[in-house]
Amino acid sequence: MRASRSGNIWQYVDWPTIGMFLGLVFFGWLNIYGASYTFDQTSIVDFSNRAGKQFAWIMGSLGMGIVLLLIDYKTYDVLTYIAYGLMLLLLLATPFLAHDIKGSMSWISLGPVSLQPAEFAKCIVALAVAKYMGQYDYKLRTWRDLIVPFALIGVPALIIMILQKETGSALVFAAFLLVFYRQGMSGYVLWCGVAAVALFILSIRFGAVPLPLGTGSVGVLCCMLLLIGIAIYFICKEHPIRWQMLILAGSVVLIYGIGLLVNIWWTVSFDWLSIGIVVLLSLYAAVVGLYFRRYPLLWVAVFSLFCVGYTQACDFVFTRVLQPHQRIRIEVLLGMKEDPAGAGYNVNQARIAIGSGRFLGKGYLNGTQTKLQFVPEQDTDFIFCTVGEEWGFVGSLGVLILYLFFILRLVEIAERQRNISTQIYAYAVASIFLFHLTINVGMVLGVLPVIGIPLPFFSYGGSSLWGFTMLLFVLLRLDAARMEQLR
Amino acid sequence: MINDRYYRRRYVISGIAIGVVLVYVIRLFFLQIIDQSTKDQADNNALVKQIIYPSRGLMYDRNGELLVFNQPIYEVTMVMREMKSGWDTAAFCKCLQISRAEFDERIADIKDRRKNRGYSRWTPQVFMSQLKKEDIATLQEELFLFPGVQIQKRTLRDYTYNAAAHVLGSVGEVNQSDLDRDAYYTRGDYSGRDGLERTYEKQLRGEKGVEVLMRDVRGRIQGSYQDGELDRTAVAGTDLYLTLDIQLQLLAEELLSGKIGSAVAIEPKTGEILALASNPAWNPKVLVGKERSKNYNTLLKDPTKPLMNRATQAMYPPGSTFKTIQSLVCLEQGAITPNTLYPCSGPGSTPIKCTHHHGSPVALDRAIEQSCNPYFWCAFRDLLQKDGYGKDNADFRHRYELWREAVMSFGLGQKFTDTDLNEQSGGSIPSTKLFDKFYGKTGWKAITIRSLSIGQGEILVTPLQLANQAAAIANEGYYISPHLNKNDSMRIHRHNLSIKKQHFEVVKEGMHRVMVYGTGRHYAVDTLHMAGKTGTVQNPHGRDHAIFIGFAPVEDPQIAVAVVVENAGFGATWACPIASMMIEQYLTGQVKRKDLRKRIGESVLNAGVKKW
Repeated sequence: MRASRSGNIWQYVDWPTIGMFLGLVFFGWLNIYGASYTFDQTSIVDFSNRAGKQFAWIMGSLGMGIVLLLIDYKTYDVLTYIAYGLMLLLLLATPFLAHDIKGSMSWISLGPVSLQPAEFAKCIVALAVAKYMGQYDYKLRTWRDLIVPFALIGVPALIIMILQKETGSALVFAAFLLVFYRQGMSGYVLWCGVAAVALFILSIRFGAVPLPLGTGSVGVLCCMLLLIGIAIYFICKEHPIRWQMLILAGSVVLIYGIGLLVNIWWTVSFDWLSIGIVVLLSLYAAVVGLYFRRYPLLWVAVFSLFCVGYTQACDFVFTRVLQPHQRIRIEVLLGMKEDPAGAGYNVNQARIAIGSGRFLGKGYLNGTQTKLQFVPEQDTDFIFCTVGEEWGFVGSLGVLILYLFFILRLVEIAERQRNISTQIYAYAVASIFLFHLTINVGMVLGVLPVIGIPLPFFSYGGSSLWGFTMLLFVLLRLDAARMEQLR
Repeated sequence: MINDRYYRRRYVISGIAIGVVLVYVIRLFFLQIIDQSTKDQADNNALVKQIIYPSRGLMYDRNGELLVFNQPIYEVTMVMREMKSGWDTAAFCKCLQISRAEFDERIADIKDRRKNRGYSRWTPQVFMSQLKKEDIATLQEELFLFPGVQIQKRTLRDYTYNAAAHVLGSVGEVNQSDLDRDAYYTRGDYSGRDGLERTYEKQLRGEKGVEVLMRDVRGRIQGSYQDGELDRTAVAGTDLYLTLDIQLQLLAEELLSGKIGSAVAIEPKTGEILALASNPAWNPKVLVGKERSKNYNTLLKDPTKPLMNRATQAMYPPGSTFKTIQSLVCLEQGAITPNTLYPCSGPGSTPIKCTHHHGSPVALDRAIEQSCNPYFWCAFRDLLQKDGYGKDNADFRHRYELWREAVMSFGLGQKFTDTDLNEQSGGSIPSTKLFDKFYGKTGWKAITIRSLSIGQGEILVTPLQLANQAAAIANEGYYISPHLNKNDSMRIHRHNLSIKKQHFEVVKEGMHRVMVYGTGRHYAVDTLHMAGKTGTVQNPHGRDHAIFIGFAPVEDPQIAVAVVVENAGFGATWACPIASMMIEQYLTGQVKRKDLRKRIGESVLNAGVKKW
């Protein structure tokens, strides 16, 4: 029985996924040829150019896929932690073996080819997390249950980010949040993530906008207005705490008045003054709320304190933690800086490339933006430009829809697993692909900041292609064995 | 999974994926379908329109002699990026005969983005321009030593003869108003600035071609776009055949040298201008190329005003030459007949003196021959007073108006509008209004405007109008607007005079007698049957202007001539010999009177006139 099942691996393997995989890889290869095409080029399989090299990588990836399918599925389970340990060692060693490529220390040269271990780390981390969370006695009940999975993800992510200086590759591990969410992590975590990003953008975008009277950042101003509004509300209601509220509102006006007066002789930083006012008044409101048992007042105080703290933190992260090149990418994206020759150049040229494709595109190998190298990184991170320019709206739409079906198919595969560990792994795979698609295409379309991560199967590069192939074919192998699991 | 309470979350995750793709599709729709600007931006990025300049049309004289052609000039360009080590700057400077300092300065200019906005290290930049073949000969041979350096060919105007500068005009860089007016031009283009170059600009310039090329991000050319589908070949300009006879033109300029003046010759039957000379002039070669603006400024500042085309723009009272028209109008309007006699008391005549001694009274033919002032005053007076003065001077003023119309029918007092001469003045035949303004309606009589009878006073004509007037008399009643393009289409501009044909005989006879017995007798050539009229025009600013009009042969006129020499004295002494030799040259192909030619050609009447 068992022999016949493993002998019939081709019968259980998910052919629709393989079909979509082949479609994406082939179309990606055509576009790499288009992007790196020059006029004296005649052959698509000439090994001196990138399309030719990619052809070799594709052949390698197909071979790797076949090998991965032929290995007994139990081997993966057995080897997971060993592989994880080896992977950590390799990641740690990489910065010492690597040479600097545009500031990144993540490439190891092996003769004529260079490999990026971080691309393979995704698969192994996913396997390790899946194995840990799929244990019989593991249940995700409280946040404590997530400590180990977070550590499994966080350690390689930090190594990649700090030692190898590859922020983009490290960010990919954020995709695991979706996996945890599916396994029972509170939905609020996702919402908080969304809210935090939104607040971050708000405070960065409008933090630098000068406000009248120098009332500090928008967040602080909002908090202050909130406090004054609440105070007026209570005053009008002729509540017992009316006097306290009058003091609250009055002191804002008073302190500002003093500040303005002092400002005649000495320059006063209203930024810090407003923060001070909001903090003091919040505390005052909290005390009043507690004393008079007006608890909503307490919550308002806590909320405004949190807001002030968060906006200050955002500011700190933005100005101190982020690298200058990362900062300027965000500024360009948020429209705070115009820099069409510098940081905005890629995004602007990408926009021109895609936009000029119009409905049907300029035709294969006829894209002037990409062929004449106006778009940098056109065959790697910005490969989607070539699709947009040469195949137009129709082609771009086709690619996006093919990706969507591919990811939905992975979700489908995940859901049909009987083995919880395989399900977690499948979700990890789906989430990683979704993350790459979102960040990469979002960057090319100019709706997300420039973060250099590849578009799976499209971007030129052996490591990323092989990494994604490994991720996918391990899943296909595990999926093909789903019938062997007893319920 | 059994009892999986989070089962529904698969839909949330699927929903996120669908949501992301949906947002991106909307963004793509906006970028690729709605936003129209990116197409042009992509084209601006990638496409270079290389203009192919057509060769400008050539100019020939009426006998097919080449007058204006194109000479190749050279530009030295360099691609900075290709100037690697081993580039011998000293040797390069030696090839172009420039100093090291000049070299450094030019390189600095090229690299200065404020001066050279299109600077790129990857594209050819102009290092030196407007070089002659001999300037680049050495460099051409040693070009292989200097990677990145190229020699580009362009064209400039060149001229076979140092002649007819005013007529031919010149070519210069277009200005802002040209750019605004005509979308054909782009900054840095050349167009005809004056003369025929300007009149026939559209014909001469041809049609620019364009080659649409693709360039990469560094500005390197990567081949033609869409296999040259959008390319257009240049269409060369059409050649121009002029009515000028270059030999006649050369003679006229030779005879005028050292003097300020002009000479115009017209073929009466066709209105074709055979020669149109104005002195001082310049060598057309000096308004070409890199010296153009410098030389133009020198010409502009010259007190003798060489840039003015005196043949068509200078205005003079016609003096005695006007007596020919006066005779014809008086005959036509019935004031006199060929046999009408008026007495002349010589220099004692009133109110206008006669300047010659001759028998008295005289008939019309002899009055013309002797240029008898009193005769024409009397004729003019009788014409204007024919109907008396009438109420409020109305009859007199009406007569004056009729006289004026007849005079203007000779092409006087207005510009020739149906011709290809750009620079023209209209001259002036005073209107009744003008005199009304000066004297009041009833305040002027024939005696008030007596100077008009002998071509003095308020009448102003240009030498071109004088020549045309001579042609009109030669034609006995019509003229064809004088023109320079030997193209039949110009012949249709025929203008009839308001003078009947029979009146011309006696005037022509009188003009013939001028050359036989009268003021022009010293310079007549018997075999050529010349007719003419001299004029000596009083000039409040200095010596009299010498004027002559004439045509020949009398019985079948082939050429009509007008000559004006400023501040020269008697028309018979200076203008007549020039016209006479021009007629001889045109009719016989040579000037036999070598001594006369030498004497006139070498006399300098105005020391300020420069020879270019």
